[in-house]
Amino acid sequence: MTTRIPARFARCAAEGRPALVTYTMAGDPDLATAQAILDALPAAGADIIELGMPFSDPMADGPGVQAAGQRALANGQTMRKTLSMVEAFRRKDADTPIVLMGYYNPIYIFGVDAFLVAAKAAGVDGMIVVDLPPEEDAELCIPALKADINFIRLATPTTDEARLPTVLNNTSGFVYYVSMNGITGASIKNHAAVGEAVMRIKAHTDLPVVVGFGIKTAEDAARMGRESDGIAVGTAICNAVLGSLDNGKATAGTVGAVTSLVAGLAGGVKRAKEAA
Amino acid sequence: MTVHGANSLRNGPDEQGRFGIFGGRFVAETLMPLIIDLEKAYREAQADPAFKAEVEFLGKHYTGRPSPLYFAERLTEKLGGAKVYFKREELNHTGSHKLNNTVGQILLAKRMGKTRIIAETGAGQHGVATATVCAKFDLPCVVFMGATDVERQYPNVLRMKMLGAEVRAVTAGAGTLKDAMNEALRDWVTNVESTYYLIGTAAGPHPYPEMVRNFQSVIGEEIKAQHFEAEGKLPDAVVACVGGGSNAIGTFHAFLDDPSVKIYGAEAGGHGVDIENGHAASMTGGRPGVLHGNRTYLLQDADGQILEGHSISAGLDYPGVGPEHSYLHDTKRVTYAPITDDEALEAFQLCTRLEGIIPALESAHGLAQVMKVAPTMRKDETIVLCLSGRGDKDVESVGRYLGFNK
Ligand SMILES: Cc1ncc(COP(=O)(O)O)c(C=O)c1O
Repeated sequence: MTTRIPARFARCAAEGRPALVTYTMAGDPDLATAQAILDALPAAGADIIELGMPFSDPMADGPGVQAAGQRALANGQTMRKTLSMVEAFRRKDADTPIVLMGYYNPIYIFGVDAFLVAAKAAGVDGMIVVDLPPEEDAELCIPALKADINFIRLATPTTDEARLPTVLNNTSGFVYYVSMNGITGASIKNHAAVGEAVMRIKAHTDLPVVVGFGIKTAEDAARMGRESDGIAVGTAICNAVLGSLDNGKATAGTVGAVTSLVAGLAGGVKRAKEAA
Repeated sequence: MTVHGANSLRNGPDEQGRFGIFGGRFVAETLMPLIIDLEKAYREAQADPAFKAEVEFLGKHYTGRPSPLYFAERLTEKLGGAKVYFKREELNHTGSHKLNNTVGQILLAKRMGKTRIIAETGAGQHGVATATVCAKFDLPCVVFMGATDVERQYPNVLRMKMLGAEVRAVTAGAGTLKDAMNEALRDWVTNVESTYYLIGTAAGPHPYPEMVRNFQSVIGEEIKAQHFEAEGKLPDAVVACVGGGSNAIGTFHAFLDDPSVKIYGAEAGGHGVDIENGHAASMTGGRPGVLHGNRTYLLQDADGQILEGHSISAGLDYPGVGPEHSYLHDTKRVTYAPITDDEALEAFQLCTRLEGIIPALESAHGLAQVMKVAPTMRKDETIVLCLSGRGDKDVESVGRYLGFNK
């Protein structure tokens, strides 16, 4: 594996802090604005970028991410355009890892082999595909590993000790721990349990563990970053985009709304290990 | 499980929940352990004679099984070909085949110790059947229903509420069955520890397609026995409408290995299959993709985004279909044909006037297929329609279409 992901975690660890993983929706609210947001993320403080591939039926997402995907699709976003966003980003930034996140059907319809070739060429480092559990590894996970793209698996509160090895097998890049049983955008109820779960996963793997779902503020970031190697923020960013729109259209404030939120979160991850 | 011959079409699914390339378990990790538990619990129940006995007891005394096989004499005369029989699933308690499945699954949910039931519904028949067994077994019930369907199937919304269920109207998308299923899945992920998702059709992640099929297979088994009694032979053709495909697979399964029996599934042709997003005929007009936990034929655009589709019938207004039907379509064992809204409305009226039976709009699609096929058959041949539900829920909207309400 020669993706950009391990080096980035190593750098964050050397700085004594967890990585800030940001999720933005490709094409939201329109292609040009989404590109400007993507390009501005590293300077704002994002260490790893998750780029959402919009899907008509996002079964694991709450209203914030659902609406972001609908805005993107309404403005004509396609898989090709999403890959071209990565390509354009790579011309300016050779180091920040990009992870595509979404659902399987648009990839399946693009064609798995063609997709992996195009994604690798565009500069994609990893993928998170919500509706592909280990039981379906032959579909995309194994081909992705062969194409030198990390396949990042979700572990959840329902993933018990017995199942954890199945989930970790074939996982690479990092492990994404979903902080709750629920959809994106809900609130974490039991912070202590999240910390325990992260420690439990770390006992089974040397891979970095990133916590996501329910992290909205710099304070959440500092708190959830204590035990973990990274924290992921998505809904809050999608909502920042929404809040900046005028009649559904991007405004002069849209990119800034995202970068100022991300800068605040970056401050949070810097404080994470100090607070401990 | 029953073992059939190596070439049998009744062997599916395999261990991975596949029927050929279709089916599978395409769900979020949060749900995966639960789905594995569910399969384990179902296998244990299948092996337990007490479970089978309870399903049969309730089938007889609560649902009212067996449902009659009725010779539709005037319709036969009118069509001038094969003898037409109706399998009267509309006479079941709650008015459709849906109760066959909810009785089985509620007993399973009880065995698993679940304390809350959720369901999706299109026409509201599955919602009513779920609310009914939840009342009987004293379990709280939440039914997700698209906002469009809440409006066009309002009588069923009232029934669900009276039975004590909470009905949540889903406004996402076109507000139909697909959107209701998305929302049910979101609820399930959130309440996975306490909640049993009682899926209403032979679709979703493994083991649902197999389990729902098995609970509905009583339809075809009874047809086989009743038809032997009436005619001394197998029927020459069987027909059912296909939404997600539960009444259809329940009707077809017993006949899959009887090559003399022609099998027809009626899909929702809406305004016509040439009109993009104007129909819900996923096998005629779609292609294989992955949604709601399984790979199957789906209506989708070139980029893999799922289309909403359209049908006059809320129960057929779904862009996918159960995976076993996709397999039977590819292997050509079953002929799936689209029926337009207008054809279904015509069949609805014909059945009502000639036989004094008001069919559900879903079932009227099956009948429209019978109206096409029966006249091409000999008079000594027979064709059996699964009359999956009664049309009480539809009289208001059909009245509106036909201009009765002026
Ligand atoms: C009477 C009736 N028939 C058929 C259907 C379609 O479902 P399925 O294809 O699962 O039988 C419905 C669904 O609501 C229904 O109410």
